[in-house]
Amino acid sequence: MSYEERLQHVSVLGAAGKMGSGILLLTAVEMADISLKPENKGKAFVLNAIDVSDEALAGVIKYLKAQVLKLAEKKVVALRKVYAGRADLIDNDEIIGQYIFDVISLVRTSTRLESAYDSHLVFEAIKEELEIKTSLFSKISDNNPHEPWFFTNTSSIPITRLDEGAGLKGRIIGFHFYNPPAVQKLVEIIRAKHTLPELEAFAQQYAKNLRKVVVPSHDVAGFIGNGHFMRDILYAAAEVERLGKDFSYVEGVYAMNKISQEYLVRPMGIFQLIDYVGVDVCSFILSVMDHHLKEETLHCPLLDRLLALGVKGGQFSDGSQKDGALKYEKGRPVAIFNPATKAYVAISEIQPTVDEKLGPMPVAPPWKSVVGSKSKDQVLTGYFNQLKVATSLGAVLARAYVIQSAAIGRQLVNSGVAMSENDVNTVLLTGFFHAYGPINNYLG
Amino acid sequence: MRRKVYMVAGYNTISMGTGRKEFNPKKERPGLEEYIREAGQGTLAQIGGAKQVDECVIGNFMASRFNRQANLAAFFPYVDEGLRYKPAIRVEGACASGGLALMSGIKSVLAETAEVVLVIGVEVQNTVKAIYCADYLAGAGWFKNRKNGHAYFFPGQFSDRAGSYFEKYGREKTRQALARWFRNAIENARLCPTAQEHQNSVDDLESLAMMEPNGKSFVDHLNIFDCSKVSDGASAIAVVSEEGLKRCGIPASEAIEVVGWGQMEEDITRLPDDPTELSTTKQAVKMALASAGITRDQVGTAEIHDCFSIAGLLCMEAIGFAEKGKGADYILEGNTARNGRVPINTTGGLIGWGHPTGGTGVHQAVTILEQLTGRAGDAQVTIPADRPYGLTVNMGGDDKSLVSIVYKLGK
Repeated sequence: MSYEERLQHVSVLGAAGKMGSGILLLTAVEMADISLKPENKGKAFVLNAIDVSDEALAGVIKYLKAQVLKLAEKKVVALRKVYAGRADLIDNDEIIGQYIFDVISLVRTSTRLESAYDSHLVFEAIKEELEIKTSLFSKISDNNPHEPWFFTNTSSIPITRLDEGAGLKGRIIGFHFYNPPAVQKLVEIIRAKHTLPELEAFAQQYAKNLRKVVVPSHDVAGFIGNGHFMRDILYAAAEVERLGKDFSYVEGVYAMNKISQEYLVRPMGIFQLIDYVGVDVCSFILSVMDHHLKEETLHCPLLDRLLALGVKGGQFSDGSQKDGALKYEKGRPVAIFNPATKAYVAISEIQPTVDEKLGPMPVAPPWKSVVGSKSKDQVLTGYFNQLKVATSLGAVLARAYVIQSAAIGRQLVNSGVAMSENDVNTVLLTGFFHAYGPINNYLG
Repeated sequence: MRRKVYMVAGYNTISMGTGRKEFNPKKERPGLEEYIREAGQGTLAQIGGAKQVDECVIGNFMASRFNRQANLAAFFPYVDEGLRYKPAIRVEGACASGGLALMSGIKSVLAETAEVVLVIGVEVQNTVKAIYCADYLAGAGWFKNRKNGHAYFFPGQFSDRAGSYFEKYGREKTRQALARWFRNAIENARLCPTAQEHQNSVDDLESLAMMEPNGKSFVDHLNIFDCSKVSDGASAIAVVSEEGLKRCGIPASEAIEVVGWGQMEEDITRLPDDPTELSTTKQAVKMALASAGITRDQVGTAEIHDCFSIAGLLCMEAIGFAEKGKGADYILEGNTARNGRVPINTTGGLIGWGHPTGGTGVHQAVTILEQLTGRAGDAQVTIPADRPYGLTVNMGGDDKSLVSIVYKLGK
């Protein structure tokens, strides 16, 4: 079966979710672009958007329409050529409208798993639970005469476990998009022990056509992205505890969030990033990794405590930030949740005391000014040279954080999760928008 | 000419759009009627009010699509109640609509049906994104060519002209000249508070404008700095007779006198005979200078139609300031700069001041009025005594509708 034939009948499981709808969008556009080639005229292309409720699926078409509109406006120069033969489409406006229609026409929303029984390819972006995933996979596999291929978006469960659990005999691969899939350039591709070579070749082609940056990861729970992020969380949470002698919990969270953002020149502090992903999601990924990684304990009491009090973070459907470990106004943290009083404490209340304890901060370049800069390396070298010799508590904590982040990176290489140090850096640079990779020589 | 015709009391709104700090495409902005009213009232206030006005003309290109509005002449009574029940007309000739509005006013004064004509030119284009703007502006070309044209139709047309010019006369030097054109436009705009690029603070404008064109996302031979921007704006001026001047109580020394013009059309269905030449522009300027009884060497400043930098370059050749094929040298030698031989587009032109399409022709007249009467503020250039004339070139479509006017200071 050719690449294009494979994409003639596709299903996305969990299509109404944040990751699922993004995968649906990218796949719909890829399928539409294939279907619009002259040689494919008359061929049917079907993309099932499968999820558990009609209510959730109702928003999917709206989302697709808005996103395809943006995309089409950007590629109208090329689209005019695609529709060159359509005498009735003259204005850009008409061409863009037709393209949106052609993309959305491929998509059938459905709440029935049976819709996937005719598909050649199945994307999965459902709940991070091994049993649910394997039961759906085996149901589809047993009833689908085409021996479909499965692309799972799991960010933590080993693919081989899914393969064996569902009896797929290598017809599965980990294809881990970053959030949101339509924007994030990074994809982690994870082969299971028996993944079919032709399936992997297809995955590479698909990623290439979507213009994604591919990083291969070994099939170890958490892979590279969460492998680093989760251990980063554990470290920051442990630091908050260690600071407990001189800092209250709230002060400690503020301090580590500031260290991990401003001192480390990252786009977000660690606690803001936890909220961005969701306290519940982070906690869940940790438990999955903990379950599969026997030689290491991955457990975060701080997150559990927040979760027990109903503090979840995550995002509203419009993409704005919900309150979590931190409270937000216009997307910026303004307060910190105190589990002891079950109330938020304004950052402005504690900031002067904590900043004083952290001591004078070396002049750090803001992440935004560094990340796209051509002289990035030079700016960072200058900054880290200052950080290297600074004696304030903040500088000491920051150096330890940088060293720990590098250690996590190296651990991922040494334990065989990542193929190279460069791959680890690519994931953090591309998937987490860091200004520099964790494995570096800035501190010498 | 059978009687003297003057222009007085010019007024420009801000040219609003990207580049202006106060512009926010996501927020509601003033509508078409507000631009018309601001400009109209700006001129009326200088001539003693609506009671002085005999007739009104409004130039506009495509409000029917940008604003879903036609019947624009009926906005004059909205400008001022004193204009109710007075004759008014709307004229259209794509980006030359403003120039045609001036011509209509001039002819009313010559026909002695009016002593004072209020002329407004307006366009409010930021109602849609640039990609749809391109659809609307494509109406300035022959619609039957739209289907096979570029997504950005007019940038595509002028990119083709630029491509032919590069091939014939060399690419590198021409691209440098176009970058210089951009720099001059922005530097002039910085001196004019109503200009869209007034707040532009980029240091090295020429390197910015040397950005390599990218045919995949835009057009093959031009980049975005070669293009005038999407603008909202209006300009107004009064076209008056000697008697009109007296009626308004304005001395001729505060007016400019129309001493000649060239107005003409070329077949919209025809492709240019020579893409490296603006043939209709050439004819129109020739006619304007001849009817004024002057040569181009007597021109002290000119406002010309640089909807694209390449159009500016070709216009230098069409006027005859530069020989054919020598436009790039002419620009690079500094002749078009504000301290050059003939300062061009002293408030930024279409690239720097802005290009509210239907308003541009009127804006050109207002700039010449300011320059010749010494009221151009920071943007003032020296008008040499032996070259006292101001020239405008206003073009609609791809060298199709042309209005070129020659002015001198009134006395």
